[in-house]
Amino acid sequence: MLIALLKRDLLLAFRSRGDLLNPLMFFMVVASLFPLAVSPDPALLGSIAAGVIWVGALLAALLSLDLMFKGDYEDGSLEQMLLMPQPAMLMVLVKVLVHWLVAGLPLAFIAPLLGLMLGLADGGFMPLILSLLLATPTLSLLGAIGAGLTVGLRKGGMLMPLLILPLYIPVLIFAASAVQAGVQGTSYLGHMAFLGAYLALTLVVAPLAAAAALRISLAR
Amino acid sequence: MWTRLKRLYHKMGSPKWFYQISTLCSKWCMAVGSVLMLTGVVWGLAFAPADYLQGNSFRIIYVHVPASLLSQSAYIMMAVAGLVGLVWKMKMSFVVAKVIAPIGASLAILSLLTGAIWGKPTWGTWWVWDARLTSMLILLFLYFGVIAIYNAIENDEMANKAAALLAIVGSINIPVIKYSVEWWNTLHQPATITLSKKPTMAPEMFIPLVLTIFGFYCWFAVWVFARARNEVLLKERRTKWVRALVQARQHKSQIGGDA
Repeated sequence: MLIALLKRDLLLAFRSRGDLLNPLMFFMVVASLFPLAVSPDPALLGSIAAGVIWVGALLAALLSLDLMFKGDYEDGSLEQMLLMPQPAMLMVLVKVLVHWLVAGLPLAFIAPLLGLMLGLADGGFMPLILSLLLATPTLSLLGAIGAGLTVGLRKGGMLMPLLILPLYIPVLIFAASAVQAGVQGTSYLGHMAFLGAYLALTLVVAPLAAAAALRISLAR
Repeated sequence: MWTRLKRLYHKMGSPKWFYQISTLCSKWCMAVGSVLMLTGVVWGLAFAPADYLQGNSFRIIYVHVPASLLSQSAYIMMAVAGLVGLVWKMKMSFVVAKVIAPIGASLAILSLLTGAIWGKPTWGTWWVWDARLTSMLILLFLYFGVIAIYNAIENDEMANKAAALLAIVGSINIPVIKYSVEWWNTLHQPATITLSKKPTMAPEMFIPLVLTIFGFYCWFAVWVFARARNEVLLKERRTKWVRALVQARQHKSQIGGDA
């Protein structure tokens, strides 16, 4: 049942390619705004590249969260999914997995290109990719809570960043400083360990909370 | 024991009982808090010795530290009240959680403002991206999220539950955020008060601080009770007991006017 749901959601995502590409394009546009706004100086750009790329990734993941439950909510199938014999948190996990595959994972592949454009030092590429791989699932998981809370609201768009961004701060801190550590040639293992631990914590808490959020949103 | 607990549970859920008991409690809290604040503030501002490094500017500590402490514990209180509401479906605890949110946010703002005013003479700048300032700012953002959800959802019951859930998730994240910010950057002086160690402050500076902290807690309780009672009256405005209350008040003021 859950595998069928996974297949269905992935199929739906790939049928609407526009939605699939939007976060990626957004990511690239945001990253290219910084040289225009700050300075084209490669040395300066290289020093802020890690932060810029990570803030861009954060916002790209955030903006695509709206789609996590919206379609299913609007055609009523979300309510049916909550009635499935399987626990609702597993359904949420499937949704999160799809969101990550569609909106999170591609960021990890395109980020090196942006790193190149922003003059990221050679040592920074490996931790950049690794941190994106390790931390974008956390973004999707935490985002599911916000998406669940705002799914029935008309004005959910502006509300979601307000709810979720403060929770993203630990990810941002450790991911960006892992890349910084890589640039400076020091070990970034500790940062990765923290990102992994945060992922483990959210993997336990977030599906439960998101399932509860969905129940609250759909209770009317 | 069990029946008594059960009776207490039903009482706690009753707005009327809450209104009566909170009126009494807030009177006591007001009295105790006023005594504590008056002693603490007068002692701290007028009689405590000036700091040998910071001079008189350190005296803002008597507002800054209580406000910071309280805004942090207010978030936890809000989350606990929300949890109680979600688990045991107690109406009144949702009311308490709801009224704490703006109070906690304003305390966080007070803490940031007094911190900035304190930072100017001692660090030479209004704001630095230091760990404790930043985590207080993030706490304020967390409050903003909770307040925003109350404003966005029109259905009262749904808003209460959603905000409670958000507050619980936020409070799980508070330690993570706090420590990650701390590892990120540290310039702030280490905490002045810890439970485990002896205070590093001179006792004549320290005791007034403790007094103002407890005074802040009492006044916070008064503030929460006052807002909660307003909320209860608004919610229950169609019930018999609220009407009787209002009529009694009107009657009393009429008699007072005649005399």
